[in-house]
Amino acid sequence: MNIENNIKKLIVNKPLKLDCGKTIKDFPIAYETYGSLNSNKDNAILVFHALTGDQYVTGINPITNKDGWWSYAVGPDKAIDTNKYFVICSNVLGGCMGSYGPSNKDPDNQNIFGTNFPVITINDMVNAQYNLLDHFGIDKLFSIAGGSMGGMQVLQFISNFPDKSKTVIPIATTSSHSAQNIAFNELGRQAITADSDWKDGNYASNNKNPGKGLAVARMAAHITYLSKKGLQEKFGRKLQEREDLKFGFDADFQIESYLRYQGSVFVDRFDANSYLYITRAMDYFDLAKQFKGNLSNAFIKTKAKFFIISFTSDWLYPTQENKEIVIALNSIGADVGFVEIKSDKGHDSFLLNVPDFLNAIKNFLDKSYAES
Amino acid sequence: MKNEFKVIADLIEQDKKVLDVGCADGILMKFLKDNKNTNIRGLEISKDKVQECIAKGLTVIEGNAEKDLKQFPNKSFDYVVLSQTLQAFLNPELVLNELLRVGKKAIVTIPNFGYWKVRFHLLFKGTMPITKTLPDEWYNTPNLHMCTIKDFFHFVKSRDIKIFKSLALNNLNTSLINEGNLGIKNLFADLGIFLIEK
Repeated sequence: MNIENNIKKLIVNKPLKLDCGKTIKDFPIAYETYGSLNSNKDNAILVFHALTGDQYVTGINPITNKDGWWSYAVGPDKAIDTNKYFVICSNVLGGCMGSYGPSNKDPDNQNIFGTNFPVITINDMVNAQYNLLDHFGIDKLFSIAGGSMGGMQVLQFISNFPDKSKTVIPIATTSSHSAQNIAFNELGRQAITADSDWKDGNYASNNKNPGKGLAVARMAAHITYLSKKGLQEKFGRKLQEREDLKFGFDADFQIESYLRYQGSVFVDRFDANSYLYITRAMDYFDLAKQFKGNLSNAFIKTKAKFFIISFTSDWLYPTQENKEIVIALNSIGADVGFVEIKSDKGHDSFLLNVPDFLNAIKNFLDKSYAES
Repeated sequence: MKNEFKVIADLIEQDKKVLDVGCADGILMKFLKDNKNTNIRGLEISKDKVQECIAKGLTVIEGNAEKDLKQFPNKSFDYVVLSQTLQAFLNPELVLNELLRVGKKAIVTIPNFGYWKVRFHLLFKGTMPITKTLPDEWYNTPNLHMCTIKDFFHFVKSRDIKIFKSLALNNLNTSLINEGNLGIKNLFADLGIFLIEK
């Protein structure tokens, strides 16, 4: 039995004009749902995943057999309580877990797209995902939530569809990718394209996989998701299964071994070309630019209630960048709450067991739902 | 709810938009939301207090009044409330100006350093006064710029700030302050409440 066949897919027949100018149609959006939609259809929460996430938010991911990426936050009685809410998440456009992406075949010539797949943007992603609302017959979502690139999609979604969600939860995110963010993404892309097995993106038809390059990309990115303090406390200078230094280039230190492991498991589940496309979409994200430099105008049409969350030790999407969104919302009198959560766990805090964070989301959602 | 908050709430009409600066655990906010249908926002510096407000279903922004008021547009709230915090800012005048810029009206309360118990404490004990409204020792008090009701009254007058109402509180007793009774009120009130506009 092929597990791939069990991935739930919505085939979007409506043509979608991409920011790059091309139009796609009859394309798949893979999704998963948790909990059940009530009869009023007013308890749906659309969750957006980050760069390397997928639609398997919680429980066991059937492809990787590991816990879903937001298992701490989503599930029965958890912060986003699936006894109460109907959670929908889809794999982003350009992804590699069933949605239309570079590992799909080009309908025009039946060749695997590779780098012939159109360059997609965060805007394209949310426009594609919007079709899920029609699919489930949901007129208005109760909430949209996501961290990191998921947060970018949250901001773009409410800007594109201002009356389609009651509440909005962007987490550890930004309204425009900074030079530092772009720099780290470029490092990852260079690692992939420098791998001789990448073959200009045609590795699949050559039965190759640029695993070394993709692993290095993951290792570099992984460092940016943690904090210096968190790394020091977890690993320090501890050695890996050895008494002393070996005077060689094997993984002497635990941190080296940890990163190598993170790189190797990532290669098994992620497509190198998807990594290129999705990081590009993040780099192109600049919501203010879409509104002639005025971020407030992105939100001027929405009456949604915003709750923005950042983390003290997140240096990838620091508090200041999250606060800029708060400021843009306040300057137009929008309903916005903001909290910076204390955590040593860096950008990854939103994925981890950080009680203050999880409580804040739970309280915000449950109180807002009771009032709605 | 403490009497100070009841007096503040009485100054605010139904259905107004209000910003509570230094809203702490949101007790006043919750009361206004539930009883006056107030469109209420809070600004609070303490992470723990922000969490308590979220748990009450209140919209609060974690932030510092000295830095973070500037993001709000001119006159974007009907009332801005500042309870017993003015004296704790590095630059109270700047904060007061910001309150009056952001709010059509501001409600400011100050612990009165001219209260007789404060004066007696310093006069007879010779140590820094500790009272119900001034509970901290000199070395751990957040208060940097203590003032009296008289000081504040003269200050707002000198800055051409209009006083709509000024009230003296002593436990459960509330009374109006005017030019004529300022000296007396300054002696017998432990808290002053001012409704002002610029």
